[in-house]
Amino acid sequence: MGKGELGKTYSDGEIITRQGDIGDCMYVIQHGQVQVLVEKDGVETPLRIAKEGEFMGEMAIFDHEERSATLRAVGEARLLTIDKKNFLKRVHSDPSLAFRLVQTMSKRVRDLSDEVARLRSTDD
Amino acid sequence: MTVNSSGQLGKRDDLQLVDGSKVAVIGGGPAGSFVSYFLLEMAERSGLELDVEIFEPRDFSCVAPKGCNMCGGIISETLVQNLAAEGINLPSTVVQRGIESYMLHMDVGSVRIETPVQEKRIGAVYRGAGPRDLKTSKWGSFDHHLERLTVAKGARVTRNRVVDVSFDGGRPLVTVKGGQPQSYDLLVVAVGVNSAALKLFTENGLGYKAPASTKTFITEYYLGEEVIERTLGDSMHVFLLNIPRLEFAAIIPKGDYASVCLLGESIDKELVQSFLDAPQVRACMPDGWATDPRSCQCSPKISVGAAIQPYADRLVFVGDCGVTRLYKDGIGAAYRTAKACATTAVFEGISEADFRRHYWPVCRSISTDNSIGKLSFTMTRQIQKWRFARRAVLRMTEKEQRRSGRHRDMSQVLWDMFTGSAPYRDIVTLAMHPRFLARFGWELFVAASPFSPTED
Repeated sequence: MGKGELGKTYSDGEIITRQGDIGDCMYVIQHGQVQVLVEKDGVETPLRIAKEGEFMGEMAIFDHEERSATLRAVGEARLLTIDKKNFLKRVHSDPSLAFRLVQTMSKRVRDLSDEVARLRSTDD
Repeated sequence: MTVNSSGQLGKRDDLQLVDGSKVAVIGGGPAGSFVSYFLLEMAERSGLELDVEIFEPRDFSCVAPKGCNMCGGIISETLVQNLAAEGINLPSTVVQRGIESYMLHMDVGSVRIETPVQEKRIGAVYRGAGPRDLKTSKWGSFDHHLERLTVAKGARVTRNRVVDVSFDGGRPLVTVKGGQPQSYDLLVVAVGVNSAALKLFTENGLGYKAPASTKTFITEYYLGEEVIERTLGDSMHVFLLNIPRLEFAAIIPKGDYASVCLLGESIDKELVQSFLDAPQVRACMPDGWATDPRSCQCSPKISVGAAIQPYADRLVFVGDCGVTRLYKDGIGAAYRTAKACATTAVFEGISEADFRRHYWPVCRSISTDNSIGKLSFTMTRQIQKWRFARRAVLRMTEKEQRRSGRHRDMSQVLWDMFTGSAPYRDIVTLAMHPRFLARFGWELFVAASPFSPTED
């Protein structure tokens, strides 16, 4: 890891957070790529690859549920952790801090809607 | 309040930013860049087109003193996270070193305080391109990085000095050296407390009074990257030494250099030498290290109070020339005040009343927290004076660092004090917790006991 790099570096294939864990933070990818995958009955289903600058694990900021997916480094990846407690405290005094997060979640809802529509049209 | 064009009681139409409004920002440091960035960001979100012009005579891509903004250059943990949430990530070409721990040095011993999350979330940066004796330029300037982000958002930078500011029909007129007065809809002043431009506002009868300030001492010693790695590592080294007039001292590893920052009362050569000669300081530096008189050094002023009347119709002061955090996280305070200013200007208006209602509360909360901070530093001064208190702090911190667990209260208090990551209010609240008081009280008792083992 370079001396001026912020965050934590994960090696290729290293698990960043696992589905089912209780999360108290979200991540911002500083460098590299991260695979998002869900595990069911021992079978891994890759959902997508997240790239530099993207938020990950943001649902943990707003709920107390278990992590809905596993995050795994693809190649070497560096991620910065944003603490839930401090983030929510800042959002309380500056709600606009959550704007990009809401924007990200909005895009994900849109992508999911497109995916549902595509699957339904395939079924038909 | 007045009756607006639609006949309703509301804000004055002429004191709102509209499509094509012109904003002048004097000062291109973090406060000036942040306010410009967020003005353009908020305007974009609300479908507004603004013309933002930054007046900054310095080129931050140059080495000091031509491109330096004279500061310790620490980006706090909280600010790193806030910026990341804003989509502003700090690249390794700008961060000279990620800090992952603090070393507290006292005459009774030293202790390492690890970051609570085992992650580098504090950045050591240079505000300009580096010290004047810079041998190889390997990293970029933090201020230059912010300026580039702001320009990418659509701001213009005018590399000229503002020599006059006046008002015509309530609108600010800005004159640069050798130029004609130009009219703007809003003037944002972000000149810090070291700029001569501040005089343009203290002598024009607007009611603005600059914040109280004190002098600091910063010097940059060349050690080379390998030596830095071997001696200082990824830690910021802070010193609580019983040296009269010395409030706080730190050595920050940055690239090839070690930045020495001293805060205190009337810092002079004698005080600096006392610090550099202290065995605890010598122990951090390489064997045989001697100070080089040619090293880049400065004694900038830092703000230790809040400005009086830092806003008027179409005029607002942000960053250090408005209010900043006491001794720590000045860049974090610049971010907060700049963002509050931009939000007010775009969504509320640019009248004196708008800034008083929506911008000033943010400044006031920083100012109130500084009052609590003064109390914290009074306590720290007492610890600096009493050897048994220093031993108690050391013992309690060492014990906490040896064990895992959540209640590392002294470590958390020291971490937040040194890093500027938390408001002083939170630090005092934690230090007033019965658990903390009981533990610290016990350590004080043990340290003061004539039967206690000494560090010697």
